[in-house]
Amino acid sequence: MNLQILLIIIGIYALIVGYLGWLGYKSTKSASDYLVGGRQIHPVLMSLAYGSTFISTSAIVGFAGVASMMGMGLLWLTMLNIFIGIFIAFAIFGTRTRRIGAELDAHTFPELLGRRFKSRFIQGFSGFIIAVLMPLYAAAVMIGGARFLEVQLGLNFSLSLFVFASIVVVYVFYGGLKGVVYTDAFQGTIMLVGMLVLLGYTYSHLGGFSSHQALTDMSSLVPQKLVADGHRGWTAMPEFNSKLWWTMVSTIIMGVGIGVLAQPQLCVRFMTVKSSKELYRALIPGSIFILIMTGVPYIVGSLTNLYFWQKENKIALAMVVDPATGKPNIDKLIPTYIGYAMPEWFAYLFMVTLLAAAMSTLSGLFHAIGTSIGRDLYQQSIAKGNHQERTVPFAKTGILVAFVATILLAYNLAPGIIAIATALFFGMCAAVFLPAYISALFWKGATRTGVVSGMLTGMFSWGIWVLFFHEKESSALGLSNMLFGKTSLVSGTTWAVVDPILIGLPLSAIVTVVVSLMKNRQS
Amino acid sequence: MFGFGDFWVAAAYLLCILSTALCVVYGLMHWNDDEEIPAAVHPPDENLDFEETI
Repeated sequence: MNLQILLIIIGIYALIVGYLGWLGYKSTKSASDYLVGGRQIHPVLMSLAYGSTFISTSAIVGFAGVASMMGMGLLWLTMLNIFIGIFIAFAIFGTRTRRIGAELDAHTFPELLGRRFKSRFIQGFSGFIIAVLMPLYAAAVMIGGARFLEVQLGLNFSLSLFVFASIVVVYVFYGGLKGVVYTDAFQGTIMLVGMLVLLGYTYSHLGGFSSHQALTDMSSLVPQKLVADGHRGWTAMPEFNSKLWWTMVSTIIMGVGIGVLAQPQLCVRFMTVKSSKELYRALIPGSIFILIMTGVPYIVGSLTNLYFWQKENKIALAMVVDPATGKPNIDKLIPTYIGYAMPEWFAYLFMVTLLAAAMSTLSGLFHAIGTSIGRDLYQQSIAKGNHQERTVPFAKTGILVAFVATILLAYNLAPGIIAIATALFFGMCAAVFLPAYISALFWKGATRTGVVSGMLTGMFSWGIWVLFFHEKESSALGLSNMLFGKTSLVSGTTWAVVDPILIGLPLSAIVTVVVSLMKNRQS
Repeated sequence: MFGFGDFWVAAAYLLCILSTALCVVYGLMHWNDDEEIPAAVHPPDENLDFEETI
């Protein structure tokens, strides 16, 4: 890859992003513009902004690597992402969120919950949860972007991290949500083109749909260790109730598929459009975008096994064995495949696609963390709603705090925690926010006491499961080992692979309903 | 079906496309279903007085 050409392409890309950020700045006149895009965003822009914030680099590179190992069963996640993450989210949750958000003049996701239940505690607590956990996710996204600059441009990692985050924070700080949406839409378009070309080339190389049969015929090549865990080939679901089945179904499909409904940085997008018809219209570009962005990595990731078998007589995992550890590094799968199979010009396009995916997610996160700190936690909760005229300066201060916190986390956190940060964030959002959010939109009988009890139950039950039971996280966090000398209290059993969302979410929902009903009966 | 080794993966592949088709058709059917932005119950910069007892 020619470094000069790549630098020129990235330079042009950065100029366009800068221009769009400036457009956002020029058209931001009020707090409503800064926080919810003046509630006048076009549906196509909204859907691309929603989708590109939703899909980060890890969804493309990381999950394609996972698909190369687990196979196409992951397409259930694509199906859930479209059906729940777009159809249910836009047509059912989105339309209600927009209407109630406008009625209550809510400017953020925590403010929607707080005003719906007339509670500054709910708003402040939700803002607090976002301010504490979202920087973990943002740090993971930021590291992905910085690694790109480090590897491709030969920059020092610390410098890459700072340069990458600084570019994003400048257009979020000045452009507010309009700057975020305009740049997201541009970045989303690049991502869409990149993925379409990747799918087209892969299918045309491998013989279109007949490649599925060829991959099915390779099931005897699955490594014995994976077969023992329940793997039955790259075009079949793992064996029911096996370790691999639980990992795929509970963590990946349920965790990410359902977790998406209650993500604050996505929910706030529904409040950026003028009326319901914009949300119905946004279904069309939104669903096509998510189909391509999540479906292509899973299909191509799985098919790399066929490609490498035909070219090198090796399955994908064998192509990415790290010489230092002797273990496969699945994050290298897609870069390796692109180096082997795709034309050189695509490598440039793909690099910009990854950069766009990381930047579009990070910008939405910076905005959500900043408004949570400035608006929800400080102004509406701690300052009891005073200084309304200073909403934008507070939000801007919050964005700067988010920038510093995320950078510090990215420099200092252990790699093991960074790797699970996305799952931690998605799971916590579902356990704490989802029952409260559904109650706010659809259940008049929900009470403030019920919702607060449910949110606290969700937070504690999810947290305890993460710290002491779910081995993937409890072993990385280390508290269980420190207190009990075991990486998980249920190590060696199926419970150790059951995702915390399957514990925290039902408990939170049950407590919300039971306490609300009891409170209603009392009154 | 489609060369997949398992019904469930073929179903997932098909349902991905059908879910997208559902979104497209639903979006077209409700293209003009409007509901204008309601007047805010709370004026934009109102200092809300919430009762915090729970």
